[in-house]
Amino acid sequence: MNGTVGYGLVLGGLAFAAFGALVGLVSGLRRSDAGFPWVLRAVWGFAACMVGSNLVMVHALVTHDFSVRYVAQVGSRATPLVYTIVSLWSALEGSILFWGLIMGGYIAAFAFIHRKEHARYMQLALGTMLAVGVFFAFLIAGPANPWGAVSPVPADGPGPNPLLQNHVLMVIHPPMLYLGYVGMTVPFGVAVAGLLRGEIGEAWMAPLRRWTLVAWLFLSIGIILGAWWAYAVLGWGGYWAWDPVENASFLPWLTATAFMHSTMVQERKRMLKLWTLSLALASFVLTILGTFMTRSGIFNSVHSFTQSDIGPTFLVFLGVLLVLCVGLLAVRGPLLVPEGQLASPLSREASILVNNLVFVAITFTVLLGTLYPLISEAVRGVRVSVGEPYFNKMAVPGGIAVLFLMGVGPVLPWGKPDKATLRRQFIIPAVVGLVVTAACFAAGLRGVYPLMTFGLAGFVTVVTLRELVAPVRVRMAERKEGLVAAVTTSALKAQRRFGGYVVHLGIVLIIVAVAASSAYVKHTSGTLKKGQVIELGGYQLKYLGLVSGEEPHRTYVAARVEVTSPGGKVSELKPRLNYYERSTDPIGTPGVRETPGEDLYVSLMAFSEQAGTASINIWVFPLVGWIWWSIPLLVLGTLISLWPRRKAAVAMAGAPAVGASPLTGGDAERGAA
Amino acid sequence: MSPVARNRLIALGALLVAGAGLGFVAFGNIGENLVYYWSPSEMLGQGDKAYSATIRLGGVVEPGSIQWNAEHTTLHFRVADDVKEGAPSVLVRSTETPPQMFRDKIGVVVEGTYDKSGVFSSNRLMVNHSNEYRAPKEGEDPRQWQETLSDATTAMGAK
Repeated sequence: MNGTVGYGLVLGGLAFAAFGALVGLVSGLRRSDAGFPWVLRAVWGFAACMVGSNLVMVHALVTHDFSVRYVAQVGSRATPLVYTIVSLWSALEGSILFWGLIMGGYIAAFAFIHRKEHARYMQLALGTMLAVGVFFAFLIAGPANPWGAVSPVPADGPGPNPLLQNHVLMVIHPPMLYLGYVGMTVPFGVAVAGLLRGEIGEAWMAPLRRWTLVAWLFLSIGIILGAWWAYAVLGWGGYWAWDPVENASFLPWLTATAFMHSTMVQERKRMLKLWTLSLALASFVLTILGTFMTRSGIFNSVHSFTQSDIGPTFLVFLGVLLVLCVGLLAVRGPLLVPEGQLASPLSREASILVNNLVFVAITFTVLLGTLYPLISEAVRGVRVSVGEPYFNKMAVPGGIAVLFLMGVGPVLPWGKPDKATLRRQFIIPAVVGLVVTAACFAAGLRGVYPLMTFGLAGFVTVVTLRELVAPVRVRMAERKEGLVAAVTTSALKAQRRFGGYVVHLGIVLIIVAVAASSAYVKHTSGTLKKGQVIELGGYQLKYLGLVSGEEPHRTYVAARVEVTSPGGKVSELKPRLNYYERSTDPIGTPGVRETPGEDLYVSLMAFSEQAGTASINIWVFPLVGWIWWSIPLLVLGTLISLWPRRKAAVAMAGAPAVGASPLTGGDAERGAA
Repeated sequence: MSPVARNRLIALGALLVAGAGLGFVAFGNIGENLVYYWSPSEMLGQGDKAYSATIRLGGVVEPGSIQWNAEHTTLHFRVADDVKEGAPSVLVRSTETPPQMFRDKIGVVVEGTYDKSGVFSSNRLMVNHSNEYRAPKEGEDPRQWQETLSDATTAMGAK
């Protein structure tokens, strides 16, 4: 029953998407408005079918309807309710179904929010998004169909992959990542609509920016949570390994970030329009490439789902996309002529141009390193992988260049700079940067790259804070506003600028944390007898013995480790190995003692009850927690940027420019969307 | 030539040079950092080429080959192509603690380098997770099952 209804809904979704795509694109290309109400109906229909199909699947999972193939594959009566629901996205077929749900939601949200504006583009945009919807609905209906019937109906199933049941982060990480991936469909539709139309007005750039920013935020959160999950669950003592699938999520993030910057030049200086659109298209194509790499099983990694036959379907789609994008850009590109020119190499627009080149260079090197093994095996028949040193060697200088630009860019004015002002603006941040470097050196830190990173981070932080605080101070001084009022009004007057700098602070935090935790990590391992002590980085770890216990869906063996911190505080960690009922392999959970300054990370590798020993791996990671704690800053900054503006605020934005900042409230006038 | 066209030409030239430089550096770096996947017989068949490269050697742990030193800090074992007797194998020295699953006949991947003395020095030891779920038989406790596996084979027992 569940199977029939669920599959029927998928077919319904496929029909709605195909109908809407056809009507939207044809009617849009004919420049008639007649089709629009039908396209809207198709959007609602597609979204409703996707929501319905997912609800039916959740119902089947919760009621343990093992006649549905997907439930028989991932369900189990022993699994706790939360993880039963979560198993919707714990394997290939379910995750594609869930993907459809998010896609339906995004398209419906876009259609609803903009249904009364942008009439010239909406049909084309929705038609394009629904065309992508056709592809995914087809996947669910055909190659990745979760609804197949099982007979005879098994009494119980194996339960989801234990790795996914092991940590609560698994409940949040995949949806965030999917929201980021699928979200890129919207800017893609917007950009393609503009290209098909052969014109992109200022007004149509606004949804492009805003929806890219939405997807960008979710993608950022998804990536960081993924790193956190790897750190907290996998127990290999790290959060990023340049695994193909990690790279797959990083690539669209890079191009989307580049997009967000180039769009400012496009907006201000009427340049780089074609380039900006190319970045929007590339971000989407890279998400599809990423999905292909994750789902087709061509890479062997922790993320890879089982071998499946969706690979060829994806490859065809990817090929069509590439041809379409390149074709559109080639045919329509010449219509998007730049109106402005680069006035000076020492201008904001020049710094953003360099920023874009750096981001594209990083994208290229990561893409090359990721795809190289595939190419090598296909062309030469040699099985290789590209080692982490390659990525680090390429990405570290790239990251430092990005950091440098984050400091220099905001100081440089749009257009032609005044040298004297510029010099004055640079002095304080530069001095702070040097002082930070010197202080780090005096504190005994060594290494060119990390010291450069810390110095630049100091430089960027001062610049960014000055940009944030200057308008507030001016308001307080000149208009006698209170602190809260001044902060609110200056944030509202230049929302995107304000939000952008808050996000910059978050990124600085991440870069510093990554640099510190990878450059100054300490590691040791050992096999300990009861009472034996091992030392690392000032910590004393004493092995007290094994304990075991039971939880509803698993049993575990834990090593009791008494930790004496360098400050003399005593606590206990219990790194453990979990045994799931149906899995032959134990899954570890490391014990972590978190402090703002550093994490002590202990994972249990092996134990022997007879000999009374435990083998543990120990790491000390400086500042690592800052990576995850940057998420609130990213969210806050993005929300400030995206917060809907009232008409009144727009009218007010003509108010006199404020502050020592080279860029005054100007961003605000264009932020309305 | 108009100044705009000249500027464009200069920009294009600069981009090409930058792109070529990047491509050159990237490809060079890839070449240096390639990790080869080989089975023991494939690696032994490479001759001198096997001595300088970083290698991921994949195979199974040869039954009865697991040896610990007295302090239990260094591990020696042989990785063979398969579990058949007489299959080509390579001696591996690992300073890393193997995971709980490590035992005779299990699939392993070790990463490291091979030297002329015929020893493969590994700094990374990964056990192939079987990723197969098997329902426990009637009255069988999966944890017990785990332990019998590990006690029979790992570490302590083999000394």
